[in-house]
Amino acid sequence: MTCFDVELTVNGAPRRGSVEARRTLADFLREDLGLTGTHLGCEHGVCGACTVLVDGEPARSCLMLAVQARGADVRTVEGLAPDGEMNRLQEAMWDSHGFQCGFCTPGFLMQITALLAENPGPTEAEVREALSGNICRCTGYESIVNGVLLAADAAGSDE
Amino acid sequence: MKPPPFDYSAPDTLEEALFLLGEAGDEARPLAGGQSLVPLLSLRLARPSRLVDLAGITTLTTLGAADGHLAVGAMVRERQAERDERVRRLAPVLADALPLIGHPAIRSRGTIGGSLSHADPAAELPAVALVLEAELVAESRARGRRSIPAADFFTGYFTTALAPDELLTTLRVPSSAPGTGWAVDEVARRHGDFAIVGAAAMVRLDTSTGRIDEARVALAGVGDTPVRLAETEQMLAGAEPADEAFADAAEDAATRLSPAADVHGSAAYRRHVAGVLARRTLKLAAQRAREAA
Repeated sequence: MTCFDVELTVNGAPRRGSVEARRTLADFLREDLGLTGTHLGCEHGVCGACTVLVDGEPARSCLMLAVQARGADVRTVEGLAPDGEMNRLQEAMWDSHGFQCGFCTPGFLMQITALLAENPGPTEAEVREALSGNICRCTGYESIVNGVLLAADAAGSDE
Repeated sequence: MKPPPFDYSAPDTLEEALFLLGEAGDEARPLAGGQSLVPLLSLRLARPSRLVDLAGITTLTTLGAADGHLAVGAMVRERQAERDERVRRLAPVLADALPLIGHPAIRSRGTIGGSLSHADPAAELPAVALVLEAELVAESRARGRRSIPAADFFTGYFTTALAPDELLTTLRVPSSAPGTGWAVDEVARRHGDFAIVGAAAMVRLDTSTGRIDEARVALAGVGDTPVRLAETEQMLAGAEPADEAFADAAEDAATRLSPAADVHGSAAYRRHVAGVLARRTLKLAAQRAREAA
């Protein structure tokens, strides 16, 4: 089977691997790079758990092949707390009880990171729309939405 | 839920991509944003021998306005088009439809050309291409370049006029006449889900009489392809843009449809929703046309 060299940047560091064309970016991150923070729920683009940032834009890593990410700048949930210290968004989610089992949390955090980068002061409706592609089976979403609004408030009060 | 093995090529030029597709016949599939194709691979509903990745072909990623047309390259990402001021200005019906497609993480990968070529009958872009009377420019090695009117492009359930060795390269949208109003609406179970029924309308008013010069309405989710209703549109030509006219037209539209029933809705429900959405979009389009005049 032909393998392809994949070189890309993950959380600021250059990484490389050699994969079959059919390897998804999600499996490449988890299996080849050992970054198991990115979770796989449905594996066909419905649940949003595997959302990562590719060149700053949110993307479902199960709907992308690793070969499509050659040269890309990828950010995963591990990149949010590089020194083991939770960032402001993670703190806000913690304070709002924005997760229960935590399985969907990495995907939510990356989608929210993209939202707040583009729109630092979203309305509740904008938050709900931005998160409409991420499924949580525990929380009922209320506490997650509250966490996003809290994180946005915290960012605003710093300025 | 893992894709089956396939060969993969990532050409830098359209010529190279067309060569690869021509060589492989219908065993190869072009890979655009992958938001429909990759799930089909993972579910093993599609088993192409080779994927030809179009992402490296920079000539397909241009978006521009020239000679009264908006030209959107097939590999322009939906999110990029959604943020583009020229799309908003020259094709507001397209700009309003884009945020209804999937979710942000889908649109940041999904492409204009991919969605049109996939031709899901419930998708937004095929219906919008119809209502805009857009031209779809396609190219193959064997037959060169040709321009296909949207009305001839969607030929059946997930089926287009494209040959296996042919690629959609550009969506060409004629700019609307001044004073044209537009509207897009859909009913879906949740935001970002495929529409159960969707509608896109454009209305142009006669600036001196205030009557309807031209009305267009296209519907998604009501058949094997997106549907435009010429008879319904004819009813409105020359009419006063009043609520009764739109209600009568919508009622007529609903009777002309024969949607299939599925788990999301019966045929009667879809027909009803199609009538309601046709009325709402035509009315809002007329209102916007009045405001523009």
